[in-house]
Amino acid sequence: MKINPILAAATLPLLLASSISSAQTVDVRISNLTQGMFFTPLLVSAHDDTQHLFVSGEEATAELTAMAEGGDITGLVTATEALGALNSADPAGGLLAPSTSTMINDFDTGSNGLLSITAMLLPTNDAFVGLDSWDIPEVAGTYTIFLNAYDAGTEANDELVNGGGAVGVLGIPANPGANGGENGTGVTTDEANQNIHIHRGNIGDADATGGISDVDSRIHRWLNPVAKVVVTVK
Amino acid sequence: MNLKKYVSIGLSVCSIVTLSACSDSNSSDSKEVVTPEIITQSFDLTLSNLSSNQPLSPLAVVIHGESYTAWSIGVESSIGLEKLAEEGDVTDFLAEATDAGAYTAKAGAGLIFPGEAETLELESISSDDLKLTFASMFINTNDAFIGIKDLDLASLDIGDELTVLITVYDAGTEENSELSGTIPGPADGGEGYNALRDDVNVVSRHSGVVTNEDGYADSILDSSHRFDAPAAKLVLKRTQ
Repeated sequence: MKINPILAAATLPLLLASSISSAQTVDVRISNLTQGMFFTPLLVSAHDDTQHLFVSGEEATAELTAMAEGGDITGLVTATEALGALNSADPAGGLLAPSTSTMINDFDTGSNGLLSITAMLLPTNDAFVGLDSWDIPEVAGTYTIFLNAYDAGTEANDELVNGGGAVGVLGIPANPGANGGENGTGVTTDEANQNIHIHRGNIGDADATGGISDVDSRIHRWLNPVAKVVVTVK
Repeated sequence: MNLKKYVSIGLSVCSIVTLSACSDSNSSDSKEVVTPEIITQSFDLTLSNLSSNQPLSPLAVVIHGESYTAWSIGVESSIGLEKLAEEGDVTDFLAEATDAGAYTAKAGAGLIFPGEAETLELESISSDDLKLTFASMFINTNDAFIGIKDLDLASLDIGDELTVLITVYDAGTEENSELSGTIPGPADGGEGYNALRDDVNVVSRHSGVVTNEDGYADSILDSSHRFDAPAAKLVLKRTQ
């Protein structure tokens, strides 16, 4: 809900500059808090309440699925911008490595009051870090949000690194850290919850040449939250 | 407020930790120095271990201003943090804080076992930039530590109480091998600090342990040593 600009000007004169117009400019800093998981290109979207990048507990859209299974954000960009969203697509210029950060300066949110974020976690089948429709505050200040890892529910978590990033192709597209195994037999072919849900985590194993999984149980794991977002409203 | 801050910084080298050294230098001529009233703030810090089977090493507690940061995500651990996270040794961690101008640096009394709590009385010179940092090792791990940094104390009035849930970090200085001989706690009785840095060498959130009951047969840890965040509860009360 936007604060009425006239009311804001009357009651909060010190905030006049940031409240005179409904257009807002924010800085967004996103930190990958994990020790061993990469984020694929991030999508940071300012949109209104007519749309979501994802909704937990509901089925993933085709665009979300492409992002969660293969790191492809082009579908989400097109779909959201068609409805008036303003996006920062791939602010990190590719992967956001474990324990690193990226900064978006002067992100113009226009009249959009909600902020959403997604990126796939690698190496996983269809895990993603997500923020759904966070209310961008009107009041200038610095706000910190912690993000959890979700499972898109669209692909069984077989944990086999085989280049399978296209929608509907089973497998993990890549392990950027090149620190896992190969020739796993596959953890599972089932996906129990096919709606978007909190990810149970990788199972992995410690076998570099076989076992059930191509990811390392000691490295490619995480606890929530997996990302920290600091939004500075100017 | 500026005056108070100035006084605090000027006196910070004479904080509780090094009081004797400072009084020596002042005592040679007792008449001419007009000692300003030292305004102190006092806090009761209670830390409860909420884990299943991860005893906490003695707390390392620091009250400080802007001049000190104990760790940052994505940044290499200090030697003091490495020793704390691999062995539970607070000595260098606290010395680094004091060297960086911290007002107070204090060690806890001993291990805090799961389900137990410890209360520490803390005192600091008053300042308008007071922050609290503490750290403690999960001793049945390779290099996990719990803690919080730069918790704002300046907004606490006398009698105010603050409760914060505490998360788990990985110092990134020792591989999470979970192997016999690498973990100092009672789960293993293995090695503590080792100067070798054979992991990612930056601080991150901890990803948890695998254990020998979750498919990692070589692990010395069992399912009781698993943990999630939050790991502990901090209750901080300003008493003076």
